Amino acid sequence: MRNPLVLIVVAVVLAACGSTSSSATPLSGNVSVFAAASLTAAFNALGTDFQGANSGVTMKFNFAGTPTLVTQIEQGAPADVFASADSANKNKLKGDGFTAGTPKVFARNKLEIVVAPGNPNGITGLADLAKPGVIYITEAPTVPAGKYALQALKLAGVTVTPKSLEADVKSVVSKIELGEADAGIVYKTDVTAAGSKVSGVPIPDADNVVATYPIVAVKATTNAAAADAFIAYVLSALGQAKLQSFGFLSAS
Amino acid sequence: MRREGVPIIVVLPAAIGAAFFIVPLVGLIVRSPWGDALTALSAPETLEALKLSLIASLSATAVAVVLGVPLAWVYARVAFPGRALLRALTTLPMVLPPVVGGIALLLAFGRRGLLGAWLASTFGITFPFTTVGVVMAETFVAMPFLILTVEAGLRSMDRRYEEAARALGASRWRVFIRVTLPLIGPSLFAGAVLCWARALGEFGATITFAGNFPGVTQTMPLAVYLLLESNQEASFILSLVLLLVSLVVLVGLKDRWLGFGST
Repeated sequence: MRNPLVLIVVAVVLAACGSTSSSATPLSGNVSVFAAASLTAAFNALGTDFQGANSGVTMKFNFAGTPTLVTQIEQGAPADVFASADSANKNKLKGDGFTAGTPKVFARNKLEIVVAPGNPNGITGLADLAKPGVIYITEAPTVPAGKYALQALKLAGVTVTPKSLEADVKSVVSKIELGEADAGIVYKTDVTAAGSKVSGVPIPDADNVVATYPIVAVKATTNAAAADAFIAYVLSALGQAKLQSFGFLSAS
Repeated sequence: MRREGVPIIVVLPAAIGAAFFIVPLVGLIVRSPWGDALTALSAPETLEALKLSLIASLSATAVAVVLGVPLAWVYARVAFPGRALLRALTTLPMVLPPVVGGIALLLAFGRRGLLGAWLASTFGITFPFTTVGVVMAETFVAMPFLILTVEAGLRSMDRRYEEAARALGASRWRVFIRVTLPLIGPSLFAGAVLCWARALGEFGATITFAGNFPGVTQTMPLAVYLLLESNQEASFILSLVLLLVSLVVLVGLKDRWLGFGST
């Protein structure tokens, strides 16, 4: 299989970089991954797989809005890997000197309109979000998804005032699930992850915004070998296939 | 009173305990960009959030007084089966994670909630994404503080004054207004202030139940949280404003009003 091979390569590279003695020792310890909220389901699955292949490793995930993760890491939260929902936040963390190595794009994502199952309000596109009586909510423009949603609305030439600016994509989806709001703009993967509890209305490519997800090791990591191995796994064919099964677009 | 040295075994943990609260505040103060304080404070969004916070927290306190004082009176004066359970249920929000409280409110008063669905279909009333929703979330989380404080006040007051007034022919209502309320005044005031302070800082239940929109449901704590993601320094300043407002009130309160008798 591909995965162990990647691990061996990583281990060899690390050994070649030669800090201490021991060659390809099995990976061990905790790996704390700080990942964007939209990665929750996919990364939990990736973590389970990675742990299965590396019995000595315990994966720990911290999912939140990307800017929150940046704040946490910059304030010294024990993170080994950072997976961002946009390049702006990745650049901020990198610019502030908290990353190690070169960030790599591991996935892309598109926006979709999320509505109640069966689309009771008959929403067919972005323009319908402005229909009277439709309760539209979105993410605050401070989180990547909210910024992208604004871009998409601008591309489509739609002006609509949301009822609420939620803190992350998950909050938007859960308010649609609970029936408090009628429509929101989230990532396609969030619609996929919610399964039958919501429906999705595609946004045409001309108006859509493609989000890129970069991943990078955190400089202060205490488990660089395992952190790099996890990143390599996410970028491997196996990891990519897993991500695509959750609705992500391939990295390139 | 003879002045005796305070034992070190008390002083040390007491000092650590105090430092645990003070150091984070110092951190905020040190890291805040005081030069930009005025800009951050006079930003329209800030003023809007501050105004909304004051209106909502004061409204929540008013609702808590109107509903909470009778409830406290019932707990203190009426013996009935299940009283302990009822009291526990009505003070549960003190220990419930506020976000869970927000979800519970949605399930009850949301557009599809137990009561909310009926209210929406019959009267067209919905609470989420409205300022009323903010007041509800804050009341839910903060009212228990008032209930407990007022109940303690009612239990510790000397009931002979009430009995005397009754014996002199005053109606029960008149006794409550002219005797009971003045006697529990300090507890009521303390309870209302604690309740207000809790409402002012409320975050989890509010963002979950009422959502977040400037001018309608975005209170100071919500603005602070979202600013943390885009403009950390401004969010520090706003936090300090909240702290300052609360600190002034809490220091202004005399100890006895909070029920810690200054013996």
